[in-house]
Amino acid sequence: MSTETPLSTETALSTEIPRPVLEGRGLVKRYGHVTALDGCDFELLPGEILAVIGDNGAGKSSLIKALSGALIPDSGQLLLDGEPVRFHGPADARRAGIETVYQDLAVAPALDIASNLFLGREIRRKGVFGSVFRLVDKPRMQSDAAKHMADLKIGIRSMGQAVETLSGGQRQGVAVARAAAFARHVVIMDEPTAALGVKETGMVLDLIRRVRDNGLPVVVISHDMPAVFEIADRVHVQRLGRRVAILRPSETDMAEAVAIMTGAAPGNLAAA
Amino acid sequence: MSTTTAERAATPPAEAAPSRVKALLAVPTLGPLGALLLACLYFSFASDRFLTGGNMSLILQQVMVVGTLAVGQSAVILTAGIDLSNGASMAFGSLVMTKLAVSGGVPAWLAILAGIATCAAIGAVNGSLVTLMKLPPFIVTLGMLNIAMALTHITSKEQTVTGLPDLLTKLGDTFPLGQTRVTYGSVLMLVLFAVAWYVLRHTAAGRHLYALGDNPDAVRLAGVNVRRQLIGVYTVAGVLYGIAALLLVARTGVGDPQAGQTDNLDSITAVVLGGISLFGGRGSIVGALYGALLVGVIRNGLQLTGVDSVYQILITGILVILAVGVDQIARRRRK
Repeated sequence: MSTETPLSTETALSTEIPRPVLEGRGLVKRYGHVTALDGCDFELLPGEILAVIGDNGAGKSSLIKALSGALIPDSGQLLLDGEPVRFHGPADARRAGIETVYQDLAVAPALDIASNLFLGREIRRKGVFGSVFRLVDKPRMQSDAAKHMADLKIGIRSMGQAVETLSGGQRQGVAVARAAAFARHVVIMDEPTAALGVKETGMVLDLIRRVRDNGLPVVVISHDMPAVFEIADRVHVQRLGRRVAILRPSETDMAEAVAIMTGAAPGNLAAA
Repeated sequence: MSTTTAERAATPPAEAAPSRVKALLAVPTLGPLGALLLACLYFSFASDRFLTGGNMSLILQQVMVVGTLAVGQSAVILTAGIDLSNGASMAFGSLVMTKLAVSGGVPAWLAILAGIATCAAIGAVNGSLVTLMKLPPFIVTLGMLNIAMALTHITSKEQTVTGLPDLLTKLGDTFPLGQTRVTYGSVLMLVLFAVAWYVLRHTAAGRHLYALGDNPDAVRLAGVNVRRQLIGVYTVAGVLYGIAALLLVARTGVGDPQAGQTDNLDSITAVVLGGISLFGGRGSIVGALYGALLVGVIRNGLQLTGVDSVYQILITGILVILAVGVDQIARRRRK
């Protein structure tokens, strides 16, 4: 398959690449005169944490929106498990098994943890109580929620407590648990450590690792360079609407990444 | 990634379970219920006629119209909206019912349905303007208040509609309960509160409604059709106002174009006294019932103790400001 991808001409990482779980080829998105995505490529490999970094205006959020269905690219192709897909909205991407954790937007603070986890996907009681009276199965949602939270080792006892009573990191934990519970292919996280303290950031990074270790590849968009270098298996560097480099944190350092991000140093990918 | 880093930032210990007392204080309907019981206690000492079955039944009957409006108002306020037009919408609905039945030659049951459908349509227009045009609910329903009021006066030509068929006043009839008689209408109001409680607490639609007032983005991103949901809330509220119109007709026995002029504010008062946050997403419909009963008890009690009706309004006003103040302080604490 690598013969059809632009990657085949590249020197970096061109050997023994397994088939990407999620792939973007030549994605373009223009807003009037502004080009947010300018033939952008992307791939997420099985079982990895891929960080997407880039300066403001590099097209990071446009790329992520295109992957999560929140934006329809003008041209280019998206492939999920090698199959071409088209998303007309976030619901399409969700149906295809891609879950996104949005920064700050993910939870309803006054609702309890179980209600938040199952928001929009409530489980109803079996039988007439569920079908006629639309009764939601709270005990089951609570026990399922507890199981999902335990899968990620999030130590919260009561699934009946309101999300607003939790710390920032724990709230993020609820959002991540929801994504991990329902994602079948990919989890995307937008700035998961923004506005968190040091300890909480560590906790969320561990969560992200556990999601990967449980078998789901994760895309993380982040400004937080130390965090990126701590957890990412690979780093996708976005600049001027394109992917300009793929880095491995073990083979590079933050200074180089920042230099590529800002254009002070060339990337390691040939311009498409 | 090495597992050592994973263990280094281990998950913090589980939250300490909140204490019983704290959990009890967090029950949002406790305040309104306490206020209601206190008011009852006071008036039962102040007047020996207060705590009688007949008077309790009378309070329920006086509350049933505003109470039913408050059910719809609660739903709207929980979405962080407000409905100023519900009293006027109800008045127009009651005129449609009575006019059609008396001088339109329409069968009474069909006239009732037409009246309820009118209120539902007004609700749907409100909801559509709020949702699709993204206009503030306050302004939309303020405009609708005037429109509905004008329509009422135009259709009625300032004439009270009398000589109603029996079916329209059926809900004003009573049945015996122990020593006293209770109106069917007040039972209907209690049933509506119970149904609303069930839907809000125990169905997905109800949970979404709470979430909508709390964080609409979260609901949208969870894949719920927020527009349909919001228009639905205003429309269902309209149906409830239509039922309130029927109760109004049943209570007064006429179609009165002057009716319900302050009922919009009374329904908001009931909702706010009941502890439902005007900022949406928080509170219980049961609280709105307590709020409606509280207003009813205060009015009734002051009447029995011979206090001028102006003071009833004064006290209600003070209570509303107190209730909103408490809500605001609670909000700031959470931040």
